[in-house]
Amino acid sequence: MTDVVLEVEELSATYRGVVAVEGLTLNVPAGRIVTVIGPNGAGKTTLLNAVMGVLPARGVVRFRGEAIGRLDVEARVRRGISLVPETRELFATLGVEDNLRLGFWRHRGAGAAAMRRALDEVYALFPRLRERRSQAAGTLSGGERQMLAMGRALMARPSLLMLDEPSLGLAPLIVRDIFRAIAALRDTGVAILLVEQNARAALQVAEYGYVLETGRIALQGASAMLAADPRVIETYLGVG
Amino acid sequence: MNSVDPTIFLILLQDGIVNGAIYALLALSLVLVFAVTRVVLIPQGEFVAYGALTYATLGAGRVPGSVFLLCALGIAACGYGFWAERRTLDLSATLRLLGETILLPAAVLVLTLWLAPQRAGIAVEAFLALLIVAPMAPYLYRIAFQPMAEASVLVLLIAAVGVHLAMVGLGLVFFGPEGSRGDAFSGATYTLGALTVPGQALWIVGATLLIMAALALFFGLTLRGKALRATAVNRLGARLVGIPTAQSGRLAFALAGCIGALSGVLIAPLTTVYYDSGFLIGLKGFVAAIVGGLVSYPAALVAALAVGIGESFSSFYASAFKEVIVFGAIVPVLLARSLLAAPEAEEE
Repeated sequence: MTDVVLEVEELSATYRGVVAVEGLTLNVPAGRIVTVIGPNGAGKTTLLNAVMGVLPARGVVRFRGEAIGRLDVEARVRRGISLVPETRELFATLGVEDNLRLGFWRHRGAGAAAMRRALDEVYALFPRLRERRSQAAGTLSGGERQMLAMGRALMARPSLLMLDEPSLGLAPLIVRDIFRAIAALRDTGVAILLVEQNARAALQVAEYGYVLETGRIALQGASAMLAADPRVIETYLGVG
Repeated sequence: MNSVDPTIFLILLQDGIVNGAIYALLALSLVLVFAVTRVVLIPQGEFVAYGALTYATLGAGRVPGSVFLLCALGIAACGYGFWAERRTLDLSATLRLLGETILLPAAVLVLTLWLAPQRAGIAVEAFLALLIVAPMAPYLYRIAFQPMAEASVLVLLIAAVGVHLAMVGLGLVFFGPEGSRGDAFSGATYTLGALTVPGQALWIVGATLLIMAALALFFGLTLRGKALRATAVNRLGARLVGIPTAQSGRLAFALAGCIGALSGVLIAPLTTVYYDSGFLIGLKGFVAAIVGGLVSYPAALVAALAVGIGESFSSFYASAFKEVIVFGAIVPVLLARSLLAAPEAEEE
């Protein structure tokens, strides 16, 4: 019953004139977490931006069987793709709840009750956001910002959620909370494409992983297998 | 300086507040447009002049040429819309585009041809002038700015200057070189102690307050208003939640067009407006907007009042230097801003 939500074939993209991703092929099945690990500058962020349509790309991107390579970002959001970028891109001067409400833009015709339900679900996942609901997003701590960025993306009720370095710059305890939330999301049926430098945490939560090096896939396999691979251990997990 | 006659002082103050209200409206729309689209809306003054002259022409029982410009801009915007969105256009988007760019100006044209010769009354004519001038702004956004929405502020500014020059030239074609005045909304005058307040002044101040309240409600309470603010705060963030930034840009331009045209209709009875009067009026709104760094609404409002009052007093005491004083005041403001503010890197 593993229907594939996202199929990427022979994707190539440039970032600031440099080829950052080349001939990349990967799949994300429904209800699974797929992680892409790799060093800084390997092209992980470019990959996500190309799938989202923020950056132009060559190759095939299919979402639930539909080729979406020519659609703009807004149309991809409407299809059910959400990206939480590394830079979060929150609406700093707007309140926390307003940020979340705007995440519901895709469904704005669905009515106030539906929005309330979506808000309550996000608050259940991140109770901290409920406490901060009327605070301006720009005044939040790093961890709260990440929660808000994820919450805002979830308000769109995506079938594919792409997370770019969700653990970046966060304290270990908060990283644990974030990853717990990611696992909980997967269990609700959302397909998740997770880009991480924190390879250990990523391989723990994901079912399948790709190792990206200088724009190409160097290794791929089930997470448990990758975590046991001597090359991955040496380069990304360290001795331990 | 000699002591100031209190009556003269009050009259000047009143004039200043009325002018300041108009500048405040313009400053507000300039800040809004810049925040959402990064366009410095130089042609804002032309919407004022077009609004005033269209209203005056309708008042004379003639069909204003601007209504044909509206139709031409609508058709051009439609053509561009189809070309730009050819890949993503579905049925509802096509119908919306046709309604916005073809049906609306056609309806306005029919309405104008029907109502203009029969002098339908001041309220109808004012509303019609708004309908003719305001939609030009979003069409211009589609044609001139949307194709290069990601360009630098400077490139967008140059495009804005181009639109301004084109509109001034077309204004001469449509309205001729001689100025006109429109009919006052209210001929009444009210006496307040030594002060005589014309009804039109109350209309201006009242309309300004009403528009500000409406804008505050729109931005504070509605999801669409918040989406506009979100686009202004973080363009990429807005795209990532699916808010179409081009649509936000058109909405910002539409609001600016409404405000500009309405300002024109409001001042038409007070002053003679020529086809090129708009630039100077718009520039004063711009001075006020600059004081707030093109981002702060409250600073722009206060500055607009200061510009209006400063203009009114300097026209009394040193009328030859009126514009010099008003525009000279911007120099220390810019100096202070650039000295106090940390240098901001322009977004790429």
